[in-house]
Amino acid sequence: MNTIFYITAAVAIIASLMAITNKNAIHALLYLILTLLSISVIFYTLGAPFIAALEVIVYAGAIMVLFIFVVMMLNVGLQEEVENRWLTPRKFLIPSLLAAILLILFMIALKDFRFENHPAIDVAPKEVGISLFTTYLIAVELSAILLLAGIVGAYHLGKQKKKVTHRFLVKQARIKK
Amino acid sequence: MIVVLTIAAGLIYVERRLLALFQDRRGPNRVGPFGVLQVVADMVKIFFKEDWIPPFADKAVFIMAPGILIISIFLTFAVIPFTDTFLVLDSNIGLLFFLGNSSLGVYSVVLGGWASNNKYSLLGAIRASAQMLTYEVFMGLSLVGVVMMADSFSLREIVLAQKGGWFVIPQFLGFLTFLIAGIAETHRAPFDIPEADGELVAGYHSEYSGMKFGMFFVGEYMGVTMISALITTLFLGGWLGPEFLPPAFWFFFKTGFFICLFILIRASLPRPRYDQLMEAGWKVLLPLVLLNILVTGAVLLFKHTS
Repeated sequence: MNTIFYITAAVAIIASLMAITNKNAIHALLYLILTLLSISVIFYTLGAPFIAALEVIVYAGAIMVLFIFVVMMLNVGLQEEVENRWLTPRKFLIPSLLAAILLILFMIALKDFRFENHPAIDVAPKEVGISLFTTYLIAVELSAILLLAGIVGAYHLGKQKKKVTHRFLVKQARIKK
Repeated sequence: MIVVLTIAAGLIYVERRLLALFQDRRGPNRVGPFGVLQVVADMVKIFFKEDWIPPFADKAVFIMAPGILIISIFLTFAVIPFTDTFLVLDSNIGLLFFLGNSSLGVYSVVLGGWASNNKYSLLGAIRASAQMLTYEVFMGLSLVGVVMMADSFSLREIVLAQKGGWFVIPQFLGFLTFLIAGIAETHRAPFDIPEADGELVAGYHSEYSGMKFGMFFVGEYMGVTMISALITTLFLGGWLGPEFLPPAFWFFFKTGFFICLFILIRASLPRPRYDQLMEAGWKVLLPLVLLNILVTGAVLLFKHTS
């Protein structure tokens, strides 16, 4: 079990490094998908098959496809120049400092952590559902409302007058008038 | 694995003969008895064809794309129970495993079209990604009713739960939407808009040749086999059937029936326009599926309390 974990963790780390450093947008996204897949394997080995499956379906399967869709539509290829102009080393300073603080806190928190005290328990999909709809009901409802707001916002942004594009339909619309 | 590949290759022959039958033609009948060896001849030809990668293509992604399709479909066959004892993996997330794989299958089409670096391929890929994302949504939702009735994600337990009666009757709406979504997911006619040859040459696989095209081609038939096998397990009681024949026979019989149905649908229905397809998905099928979930839930709750 441990070897599987270490191998997938290594894959995840290498893939995410490649995702940040790769200059081709689509290749970077592919590495990001690889990261998500390896994280899903880690979830599976830790005894959370339901979350593992959802990670693949939702993140790798749906959200990343949308990312690739957008990148394809905008035809973002090699954009070294813009990146060099926008991302100067100075801009990395504050985010890296903040991230370093987080890392230190995380290491302090993990100092007394022992894997023996937290054995991997298999969590069946049913248990996840039950705890979602009893203990964490308010969180589920709140996220549902957030999603609804997102849908309404997207509808508002995407709304436009109905345009007739085909010349045959244009003619028909004129006749109706 | 070999069985699946053979079925997929054999399907090409079956499809051509059946299409010919439906359209009052003869179909391939020259090579071997009844033209059975036509596919073998085609395969030999496709193996020896020059496998050409266009110089303007993104080489790594171009090669990877057909592989993703084949792998994602093969992995799905791992969770399909052929009989009670003959199955590779009995997982308690079997159904989610299938959904995850089918959503990864989208990448093969999208990346294949993008890597070809050709505007027709790109258009095909964009159509394919939008279409498959749409139909994936209620493909998953149409199965919720089945999961609620069987009380499990495991495909084996779903089949066992159908001993009292097949789910096709109480879940008829779910069955219908799953069938439609399945056709769209394998992008077969009439939902083959990503590769509509009248508009887009051959869509996302315009630039592919040799065995890479062969992988896309066989992958489509494997997808048909997979969707038919899944419909059989989820809605028609899998291997369950009268005792006088072995369970495996019933499974393959029902699967074969659905494969023939897929071919008949291809032979008889015209291709819809692209916006019609998306509208049908979001405005008709999605509300239907949600209604199905609501009614199923209400009925189950009523049964539970009384």
